[in-house]
Order: sequence, then C-alpha cells, then structure tokens
Amino acid sequence: MSTQAAEPHFIGKSVPRKEGRKKVTGAALYVDDLSFPDMLHGATIRSHVPRGRIMSISFEGGIPWHEFTIVTANDIFGESVFGETHGPPLQGENYVALILNDQPYLADEFVNHAEEPIVLLAHPDRHLVVEARRHVRVEIEELPAIYSLEDSLAKKQIVWGKDNVFKKFLVEKGNVDEAWSRADFVVEGEYHTGAQEQLYIENNGAIAVANAADGVTVWGSMQCPYYVHKALIKLFNLPEDRIRVVQTETGGGFGGKEEYPSLIAGHAALLAWKSGKPVKLMYDRAEDMVATTKRHPSRTRHRTAVTKDGKLLAMEIDFVIDGGAYCTLSPVVLSRGTIHAAGPYFCPNIRIRSQAMATNLPPHGAFRGFGAPQSIFALERQLDKIAQTVGLSAEELRRRNFIHEGETTATSQVIRERVDLESLLNRAMAITDYSAKRERFSRENAEATQQSRTLRKGIGLATFMHGAGFTGSGEVYLSSVVGAEATEQGQVRLLAASTEIGQGTNTIFTQIAADALGLDFDLIEVAQPDTSHVPNSGPTVASRTCMVVGKLIESAVLGLKQTLIGSGLLTEGYTQSEFQKACSEYIRQFGALKSFSRYEPPPGILWDDEKYQGDAYGAYAWAVYVAEVSVDLLTYEAHVDDFLALQEVGRVINPTMASGQIEGGVAQAIGYTLFENVVWQNGRMANNQMTNYIIPTPVDIPPIRVFFEENPYAYGPGGAKGIGELPMDGPAPAILNAIEHATAVSFNQIPLMPEMMMDRLKETDT
Amino acid sequence: MEPGAEKIELQATVNGRRETMRVYPMERLLDVLREQLSLTGTKEGCGEGECGACSVFLNGQLVNSCLVPVIQVAGTEITTIEGVASEHQLHAVQQAFIDCGGAQCGICTPGMVLAAVNLLERNPNPSEADIRTGLAGNLCRCTGYMKIFESVVKAIRKP
Repeated sequence: MSTQAAEPHFIGKSVPRKEGRKKVTGAALYVDDLSFPDMLHGATIRSHVPRGRIMSISFEGGIPWHEFTIVTANDIFGESVFGETHGPPLQGENYVALILNDQPYLADEFVNHAEEPIVLLAHPDRHLVVEARRHVRVEIEELPAIYSLEDSLAKKQIVWGKDNVFKKFLVEKGNVDEAWSRADFVVEGEYHTGAQEQLYIENNGAIAVANAADGVTVWGSMQCPYYVHKALIKLFNLPEDRIRVVQTETGGGFGGKEEYPSLIAGHAALLAWKSGKPVKLMYDRAEDMVATTKRHPSRTRHRTAVTKDGKLLAMEIDFVIDGGAYCTLSPVVLSRGTIHAAGPYFCPNIRIRSQAMATNLPPHGAFRGFGAPQSIFALERQLDKIAQTVGLSAEELRRRNFIHEGETTATSQVIRERVDLESLLNRAMAITDYSAKRERFSRENAEATQQSRTLRKGIGLATFMHGAGFTGSGEVYLSSVVGAEATEQGQVRLLAASTEIGQGTNTIFTQIAADALGLDFDLIEVAQPDTSHVPNSGPTVASRTCMVVGKLIESAVLGLKQTLIGSGLLTEGYTQSEFQKACSEYIRQFGALKSFSRYEPPPGILWDDEKYQGDAYGAYAWAVYVAEVSVDLLTYEAHVDDFLALQEVGRVINPTMASGQIEGGVAQAIGYTLFENVVWQNGRMANNQMTNYIIPTPVDIPPIRVFFEENPYAYGPGGAKGIGELPMDGPAPAILNAIEHATAVSFNQIPLMPEMMMDRLKETDT
Repeated sequence: MEPGAEKIELQATVNGRRETMRVYPMERLLDVLREQLSLTGTKEGCGEGECGACSVFLNGQLVNSCLVPVIQVAGTEITTIEGVASEHQLHAVQQAFIDCGGAQCGICTPGMVLAAVNLLERNPNPSEADIRTGLAGNLCRCTGYMKIFESVVKAIRKP
C-alpha cells in the first residue's frame, strides 16, 4: 500500500496481510527465535502413569545436578526441596486459574493423567537438559484409572469430584414428552467423535524473566495474553502490574494455544524465579502432542419425533463430552456444543441434556468449533437418517425444517436477522450440480456392484450455523476494552489484546480503523499484544475477534476523531494530512491522544444463565456445505474429491483472508473426519508424532470452493459476523453423508479410518 | 548430544557468505543455522522430516535441515529463506504468497516458499498435480493449501 492519498474503503477488499512481508522472508520472530543473555533451557518431567500417588523423586545418572535449577510443587509454596533458590521464596497458589482452578501447575501428591507435569529442570546447555530429563526418577504408586466416557458415566472409578461430572446442562423448550404419541416416526441414533490434535506447526513455548525486583515477564506463543496474565497473578501471588505477558508471533493456535500457554508460561516463570535467570521452555513436537490439549471426544444420542411430512415434532438430545482429568474449559465447550446441538432448524419441542465428564486422559481443551463440530456432526447424520426413514431426500427434509426470522432456537432465542437457508441450499445444490450427481452416482454405483468394480462415489451435504462471540452473557462478563492512540506523526496505534495467529487480526483491524477514520492503511499500526500496554480485549477465541473486538476498534478510533473535532483542531471532511497535523497539535498541547471503548451488548440481548434460555449469541453465521467423495472398496479408503463451502457471514471484511479461513477450516475438518486418529494406550497418546498422526498434505485436499452470501449484521464492524470456527462444523457430517451415499452403509463415528470402514463393510457383507 | 562428543570446526557457504562454525559433528544443521548463524527463518515443526518447515537448499537440493547432521555440510553451499530475496526485491514466489494469501500464521511459510522455488526451478510450468506433488513434503495447517497453490500459479505467470 502506498502512502499517497487514502483509498476510501478497505472493508470488502483483499488487502494483503499486514505482516506478510516479515512472514515470507523469515524475518517474523516466533518465541523460539528469541534468545536472552545467560538464558537457561527448561524441561518438564512428567508422570509416566495415568493415575497414582507420588512416592518419591530422585536424581540419578552422571548428571551434574548441582548445576541445575530444579522446581517441584513445593517451590510454589516457598519450600524448596531440591537445589538452591535465588531471591525470596514464593507464596503462590498451585493451580492454573481458569474456571474451577482444579489443575495444578505441578502435581504434588497425586497425578491424574499421563504426562502430568511433576518436576521442572533448567540448565544453560540445552543438550544436557535433554540428557538429564532421562535421569529423573519419579516413583508413583499406581491407582486405577478410566479412559472412556462409558467408564466415566458408569462411575467405574470416581476420578473427579463426587460423580466425575464437571458440568451439566439442561435446555428445554416446549414439551418433548407429549410429542412422542403424535409422531409418525421416532428416529433414534448414536454418534461418536474422537479426539483431535490442533497441530499448529509452531510448537508451544515461552520465555520468562522473573525476580522479586522486576516481577514476572513472559514472552510466548499464545492466543490469550490476559488468560496467562490472570493465571500468573495467582501462581506468583503478585499484583497485576507486576506480571507482564507478551505475545510473540504465533505459528497457529486453533484453540490449542487458548488455555495451555498459561501452564507453560507458569513453568518457565517458576524456573526463572528460582534460578534468577531468563528461562526458555520450548516443547518439541512429541511433547506437544502427548502432553497438551486435544478436541473433546463426544457421544451424542438422538431421539427425534417426526411427522410423515418430515416436520420435526420433538428432539431429545443427550450430549456428553470427555473433558479429561481436569475441568479446564470443558464447561464452556459443553455449553457451545449443547446450544448448537439442535442446529439451524425450528422444532417446537426440544430437550437437550449434556454433561462434561472426567477421565484420566490429559485435559481436553479448546479447539476451533469448541463443542459445536461434535454435536453438529451428530445432528446432521441424524437428519439424513430421518430423511431416509420418512422417505424424503436429505435436502427436502432440511428445507421443511429450516429456521426463519421470528422463529425460536433450542434456547428459545427469537431469530431477529434475515435467515435464508433455502436460498443457500438452492445455490449450493446448483453450484455442485447436486441432484444430477446424486442420481448419476447412485446409478453408477449400482452398475459398479454388478460389474464387481470397487470404486463408489457419493455426494452429501450438511446445513448448520455457528454463533459468534462468547455464549450467553459471556461477552458482558468479559467486558472487553480496546484502545487507540495517536502518535505525534499522526499515526494511529491500535491497542488490543487480540492476537494475530494467522487468521488476519492485524490486517482486518487495520482495514476497520482505516475506513472508520478515512485514512490510509499504512497510517494504522497494530500494537504487539503486551499486557503492560494493551487493555484486556478478551481472549482470541470463539469467532469473536472480528465481530466483537473489531467493532470496539471502530468505536475506539472514532473516539480519537471526535476528540480532535471537539477540540477544534479538526473539522469533518478532513484530509489525511489535516488529520495528522491535528494529532500532532493535540499531542503538543495536551500530551497524549488516546481513546478507549468498552463492550456493550446490542440492545435486546437477554440471557438466563440458570435456565439456559435466551439469546445465546448476538449473531450466527449460516452455511451449507457439500462433499463429493469416492470410496475404494478394495482399500477401504475414502477420498474427498470436491468440496463446496457456501456461507452467510455478514459482511466479508477481507475476501482473501475470509476464504483462507474457510479453506483452512475445511481442510482441518477433512483431517478430523478421515485422517486424524488419536491412538490412546493406557490414557496416553501413542501416535504423538507427525509420522503417525496424519494431517492432510497438499496431495490429499480436494479443490475447496468457497462462496459467501453477505447479509450485513448491524452490530458488527462494517456488518461483519464471526467466521473462524464455522468451517470446522460442517465437513464431517457432509462427508459421512456422502460416504453413506457411496457405500449404502451408515457410519456414525469419526475419524472414519480405512480399518474401521473395512470392519463395518465386511460385517454388512455377511 | 552424545557424552564425550567434541566440537569441530567446519566451513560452508551460507546465503553466499563463507561461514566458519564450531559444532558437534552430529548436531542438526537446523540448530546450527538458527543458533550459531542466527538464521531463525528456518523453523522447526516436527524434528523428523515430516513437515518441511526446516527446508533449506543444500547444494541446490531441497532438504529437511532437521535431518542433516552438520558434519555433512562442510564445503557445501546452503541457501535459507533469508537468502531468497535479493537486496531490493522479493522473489516472485514470496511476492505471490503475499498477494494471494499463501501465508497465514507464517510458520510453514519459509519452508513452503523454498519448496515452491525449488518446484519452479525444476519445472517452470507445473500442472496443478505437479504443484501438489512438488509441495507434498511441506505441511500447512492454516490455509488448506488452496491459496498456496494459487501463489505458485501466480509466481509462474510473473517470473
């Protein structure tokens, strides 16, 4: 972008990525690219058993242990057991502050999952640290553990609280119990989804400097600087202004860097505090995969009452997710999954019961979609089953039940925006030539069977929605703040804790601010998220950055303009150079020009946390996805041949970036559906390598065709809604619906690996 | 590092500059580039040759620097991502990645750019299938690859 006269409108244009040049030249600095003088390298010693009591810790081998900094849980309470301590002892709290605060930074007496952190080491020689970690011996008396939802629900062991339940929700609308007798059909189904690794290509890591004089500073790869900040305040028991958290360039997150960086930052900081030196704690791939969070596995049971015309009369949904050993974010994941469980359909009677359960797997955590991909998978498979039972096509059944403006969702939220899923469906079917292909594939599959050929083809679809922003009153509790400040040169610096993790925060914030002020793109700067100088604009999650924080950016920069106009230094219709001069003059006269904007809910948004009723989200994105697959009955491999993603996301701020989000999400969801199988052995991920946990490569991904409908949302910046998580929701059911078309067998579990398909298809053959 | 290993001195040409390094013979080229030469544009993704984030050119061949013991590079010519652009201008591939949205989080980008440069050097006019197989050693978790393919196509048109 040149520095000459500003183009008036950036919103809606594919402005190139603001930090693109740094990224393509290798100049962008990620946490592992930073180094400090006298820096130590840290390592984490973890539990080798899934559940047990720690008996002893010993340090063996020919290792110069006196040169090491060694931290255990005792150090958090100021009682160093091993090695020397520089500076005053800590008086901290041994938990990762989040929701229930049940996860310790370091296991003290008990371990509750494999790979739980117990001891931390640091030394100047990185190679010696690797060697030393093999010689720390932790004796653990093993206790019985559970690894599945079924065992947790059956209370085979109580591993958390009184009943293994982290959280329960009940959502009720109408009267489900009275509907069954009026139904022409009652359709039941059970659906399962597996864990999934986020697999950002940059591993987790942090660098800390911590001492009594300066407090604690952490640089790290993360999505949510203020989550880390909150956690470190408790861990160190220090006032908030003594904790500083800085996000470094972050190589992907997808939720995997939402809550877990609080743990790593704390570990690095504990080592730094004890040693008096900077400490870098980087995970390698194997450690990152085996120890950090994954997507919650789920089981959903559906019981649906339908009329012979295919109208939904009642939906009874039982949704359970496996939260792993500690609560972490499970209640919130459960909440989003619960609210999305009934989909974009109008049904007068709904009951959703949901539970997040404890097991002895490592805690499952945030991952793009946050519970919705799980419950939407179940629903969209169930709808195909209903369609078959009633004798309607999949698309016709959906068409008869789509929600419209003025109708209510499962939480009795009245939809106030214009929703036109019929048009989306028609357009998606037209682009993909859906009906003709469906017919042709059916015919060709029949011929293939007669001629003993092994290739089958199928086409399937899914229709769904995704709510943007925190659920219910979440945004009100967050009460996010964004700032903008003018520089003496008349530039505008945006102050927000929202992180750029690849999704385009820097660029879209700049577009929004430049348009709001009528300035050039290059005149806007986005401050590095650093809790010492950006306000808490909330976490970078939940498809909220553009819609919620972007709107605050718009208000904050408009505040600058209003101040300048109010001071008489600027008049409406200003040129860019007049704006710059006015900034300089204002700063000269008054010292600083800053403006802050705090979140206020759009009018009429009401939510009842007790009953789980009301306006669950300010706005939804709506979508129809179509997958075309081929299945080889010789190898039992399914391949996605073509993928269409059509969605209505409000105004598209940056078409290239928006379609990039959709394509990336669809690819990740194709992985979720067909490639990515977390193999658990005694509660530990056995395939924690890129060699044996397979994500899609450039040769695996079909053409992903992305289309948008734009229906501007009044309370989003320039009319935008959320977009980031949406593409994770639809592909799995669309693909399995297509596979059912291809094979005439119903698969209700993902990932659907070839061996699973083989077992099922052989079963149905006999 | 193996206990008792001793450092040796070796020389190689890196991005056109003659460099002398003191290294353990079996250290990974990746670490030597990043730590001794401060060429941190080469990234570690997996440490086992699956993801391609650590790709560099070694005597004109694209290699995963996490799998190369540094002793093997004595006397060779190495090009990293820092050596791809000329002083004043980005390589056509780099510019295309910016224009087409081929970079998102950026961590795979250095390796992906080098793989694309390598592909176009070997095959100046690749088909879509050639592009896919040419980049098959490099994993990206953000883009779904579509915009990376577009970037390569754009770079073909604008050498």
